[in-house]
Amino acid sequence: MKITLKIYRYNTEDGKPPHYDTFVVPDAEENDLVLDLLECVRGYQDGTLSFRRSCAHGICGSDAMRINGRNYLACKVLVKDLGTDQITIEPILGLPVLKDLIVDMNPFYEHYRSVLPFFMCPDDPVADGKERIQTPEERERYDDTTKCILCACCTTSCPSFWADGRYVGPAAIVNAHRFIFDNRDCGAEDRLNILNEQMGVWRCRTAFNCTEACPRDINITKAIADVKKAITTGKIE
Amino acid sequence: MTNIHQFEVVIVGAGGAGLMAAMFASRTAKTAVLSKLHPTRSHTGAAQGGIGAALGNLEEDHPDWHTYDSVKGSDYLGDQDAIEFMCNEAVEAIYDLEHMGLPFSRTPEGRIAQRPFGGHTNNVTGKPVMRSCYAADRTGHMILQTLYQQCLRNQVNFFDEFQVLDLILVKGAAAGVVAVELATGELHIFHAKAVIFATGGHGRIWEITSNAYAYTGDGAAIVLRRGLPLEDMEFFQFHPTGIYKFGILITEGVRGEGGVLINGEGQRFMEHYAPHVKDLASRDVISRAMYIEMREGRGVNGKRYLYLDVRPEIVNKYAEIDGRTRPDGTPYRTTAQEILTKLPDIIEFCRVYLGVDPVTQPIPVQPTAHYTMGGIPTNQYGQVVYDEKNSPMPGLYAAGEAACVSVHGANRLGTNSLLDLVVFGKHAGIHAARYARGVAFQDLPADAADPVRQRLDEMLNRTGKEKTAAIADAMKAAMFHHVGVFRTEEGMKEVIEDIRALKERYRHVHLDDRGKIFNTDLLNAWELGNMLDLAEVIAASAVARQESRGAHARQDFTKRDDVNWLKHTLAWQKEGAIELRYKPVVITKFQPKERVY
Ligand SMILES: Cc1cc2nc3c(=O)[nH]c(=O)nc-3n(C[C@H](O)[C@H](O)[C@H](O)COP(=O)(O)OP(=O)(O)OC[C@H]3O[C@@H](n4cnc5c(N)ncnc54)[C@H](O)[C@@H]3O)c2cc1C
Ligand code: FES
Repeated sequence: MKITLKIYRYNTEDGKPPHYDTFVVPDAEENDLVLDLLECVRGYQDGTLSFRRSCAHGICGSDAMRINGRNYLACKVLVKDLGTDQITIEPILGLPVLKDLIVDMNPFYEHYRSVLPFFMCPDDPVADGKERIQTPEERERYDDTTKCILCACCTTSCPSFWADGRYVGPAAIVNAHRFIFDNRDCGAEDRLNILNEQMGVWRCRTAFNCTEACPRDINITKAIADVKKAITTGKIE
Repeated sequence: MTNIHQFEVVIVGAGGAGLMAAMFASRTAKTAVLSKLHPTRSHTGAAQGGIGAALGNLEEDHPDWHTYDSVKGSDYLGDQDAIEFMCNEAVEAIYDLEHMGLPFSRTPEGRIAQRPFGGHTNNVTGKPVMRSCYAADRTGHMILQTLYQQCLRNQVNFFDEFQVLDLILVKGAAAGVVAVELATGELHIFHAKAVIFATGGHGRIWEITSNAYAYTGDGAAIVLRRGLPLEDMEFFQFHPTGIYKFGILITEGVRGEGGVLINGEGQRFMEHYAPHVKDLASRDVISRAMYIEMREGRGVNGKRYLYLDVRPEIVNKYAEIDGRTRPDGTPYRTTAQEILTKLPDIIEFCRVYLGVDPVTQPIPVQPTAHYTMGGIPTNQYGQVVYDEKNSPMPGLYAAGEAACVSVHGANRLGTNSLLDLVVFGKHAGIHAARYARGVAFQDLPADAADPVRQRLDEMLNRTGKEKTAAIADAMKAAMFHHVGVFRTEEGMKEVIEDIRALKERYRHVHLDDRGKIFNTDLLNAWELGNMLDLAEVIAASAVARQESRGAHARQDFTKRDDVNWLKHTLAWQKEGAIELRYKPVVITKFQPKERVY
């Protein structure tokens, strides 16, 4: 089948303002990934087209982009999922575009780092040197938020983040949640304090865009609600 | 203008191996980690099923059993001293990961959960043993995240999206690397006392693959061009269960949970090929069995695929036939809910890419290119060794899938790669930092970045008409068909000719992008150059080895030949030709015997 791709283009080196280029992939198949189409365009039609990718199956988080107006990983949408032969591809919103579909991820990573996204505990925790004991139920408590791949689909679909890029954003809260609700960790208080600040969790207006955008099906809105509740009640449940 | 940085230890690669090395090297040495991908995009994140260690949390197990299984799995080509070292270190390595916060799945008692995996057995009964420590089916993701997080906590210096293009050697020792910063196109020299390559494998050389686009063998190719040999490159693993056409991996953990392979006639066939462990035989054994089934017309609907069936009723049917029990002695029976909990990502891959729900439908699978057993030769401290006598190259290290210690020999057991990363990444980091403390920085040559600059300029100014993608497609198809699961002299010789012709075409590659900012056109072409070099080494090493061993299965030499071939291949690139020499395998406790499952 014939697919028409309209792709956002921007490159400071060629002096042109941002614009869209149209490409036709004449022999696409309904099971092709949108990433396959991009590879086909770059490989056979226009080598200057730039985008990030690596794993090609929705695990590494490299290729978040706006496809027909919604955030996806290009490697996790099939042509048939889109239900049309006209596909518009644009960079994710709210982060500076560096070239074509590549955005500057540094502001996003800074927000991530700001919530202390690492396990904190006294160094030598277990007398027998073996693993700490954690029941399956305790482990389950934070399972959902361990799935995050830092693709930024959520944060860059969030109206509060668009309005003010200083807001830590859903991805950072998800990563804080992963540790706050891990009963082995000792840094919850620090993280809750950080998220209680002006650019923290209270900026969330529960628009649900993040949960819809998440390619890992993390229930982000619920994770944010958990964190808000922990701040208000002072209890981690 | 070239930017110059100075670090005592420079690590190339931020996957499991690179991050582990960074954690340990940065404790005592000024350390930098360079990665062409942001660290959390590394391929370690794709690993699914688990990491092997004889914790014995659910049933009796011993590091000695793990050692024997790995030796046998390697078809006796693994070095037994290194394998024993790895399996002994495994237990502590897992506890270390847990102490760093890794969220392993848990047993009802709250200990680290373990599952069976191919080739891992109770050495007394010969039955599969639960040795694979897992975090659902995203163990690699958790390892990568945890290590990266701890590196952040320890303030390791990262240079993200810096692609290393060359190694600087001065007076026979490592002195640094040359990298391009992707965002600006600027060249950077990293002046170092010790360099560790942890760049991963090269599975993108084959058409159907479970490997990331980034798996282009950069580290191995750089080292090869700098005059060092590569070891056992003919040994490349094809994993039995890739999603049909996509190649996306379906972990062996599915079979660990009771899934079975079914042919087009609805028969479970592995019992004919591996009567004892059946669907949990080694990967090479199963991939070959699948090829034979398909060749004899028992593919599904006459096509090049078979079914992996993990529907609860099928799992339970065969568990009953096999007499499989739970650790408490009750018969093994599963439910849809248990499968969903233990294999959530696999279920999702099948739904997204195939529109198949594994709880109610079988999964179409075919063998997929998966793992690089060969690579940059090292000893168990991660030191790169460059000749038949295993002489170490001062200051140069390699770890992870890029390296060949060799603990995987002719065929890697599942769960042993993540283990390899953690154990040898750590030791490479420790050793490199210790080495760095004892030596001064060498003087750099005035033109350290010049060879790279000239090569890039030359590539940017080519006037030919060839396309990178077209050459890559031709290479991948040739390698998949002739240097894949089964091999013949005729087919491999044809491939060597093909690769030489493709290399000639490659000299005329045309680049559309002449800019500096994220010039992915240029870097894709540079990576193709690496893959072509490695493909030639692989095919040349493979055609020379006139036997069948592990993943190297020849139709014209169907038996293993310990008299002539119980030895490691070393391959050099010399004046455009491949030179092969051999070194002995280290055998300590286990004399080679016939390998049956
Ligand atoms: C789908 C899948 C499932 C798997 N499941 C399992 C499993 O369950 N158990 C198991 O034991 N093994 C498994 N494996 C194998 C295992 O995951 C890999 O072998 C292992 O993760 C490789 O780790 P690494 O650190 O060597 O490389 P990687 O994690 O791939 O890291 C390589 C790093 O090198 C960097 N790099 C590469 N080239 C350059 C360059 N030129 N310049 C700068 N940086 C560079 C990359 O950016 C990256 O950071 C699986 C593999 C796959 C593909
Ligand atoms: S390429 Fe890895 S998530 Fe899409």
